[in-house]
Amino acid sequence: MMKPLSIFDISGRAMAAQQVRLNSVASNLANAQSVSSTPEGAYKAMRPIFKTTYPLDQAGQGVSTVQTDGIYRSKLAPEKRYSPQHPQADEQGYIYAAAVDTQEEMVDMLEASRQYQNNIEVLSTAKSLILKTLSIGK
Amino acid sequence: MNVLDKYMKPQAEALSLRHKRLEILSSNIANAGTPNFKARDIDFAAQYKNAIGAGELATTNVQHVSMLQTSPAGSARYRVPVSPSLDGNTVELHVEQLQFAQNTTSYEADLQFLSERIKGLRSALRGE
Repeated sequence: MMKPLSIFDISGRAMAAQQVRLNSVASNLANAQSVSSTPEGAYKAMRPIFKTTYPLDQAGQGVSTVQTDGIYRSKLAPEKRYSPQHPQADEQGYIYAAAVDTQEEMVDMLEASRQYQNNIEVLSTAKSLILKTLSIGK
Repeated sequence: MNVLDKYMKPQAEALSLRHKRLEILSSNIANAGTPNFKARDIDFAAQYKNAIGAGELATTNVQHVSMLQTSPAGSARYRVPVSPSLDGNTVELHVEQLQFAQNTTSYEADLQFLSERIKGLRSALRGE
């Protein structure tokens, strides 16, 4: 299914996955203040699902990388707020605020960026080792 | 076995094992945020002994059993976490980073030794 993985594939794909996570955090934070007149129409936080992938011929050798296996919507209920002056309020005067936990998003953002940095560090270490190996015996 | 092979083998085998370990450790770091991922690693000392055939007894009869371990699954084992997390992921970044740093330093050391071997051979050939 997949060709053998090199370190560049392993870390590269992990960085792509963290990038997706960072993007979804950005979307969630951007929509944190949006409101809707129905609970169904309210914005719900998005989260990527990470899944380990193994190359076929290297299965069982400990080599694997990560990929995003779709995005799911948070099950958090939108906040019902009484605000009759709001133009989007329903007949009873309620609006539904986006189901986004800002603190959680900030923590998620930090974690994603740290893991992205980790993968870059792995990549640059591997690159310098490979370059040193190329100039062997000189 | 070729004389040159024999001369280079200890360092060459160590280097290729170090590279394999580098890949496994980077897989662990790549999967640091994946639920239910189990961190893996290899037993370097055992695999190295295996690779250079150290401590092997001669098998002169079909009924003799080789001392070398033969494990089909590439011999990557699962790491036992110090403090398991709720999502079933056993990657502990500090452990992985430590092992990664140690592996990198050893790789460079092996490289240095191999390089010196080549230099030694070269100066012997030149007869300087």
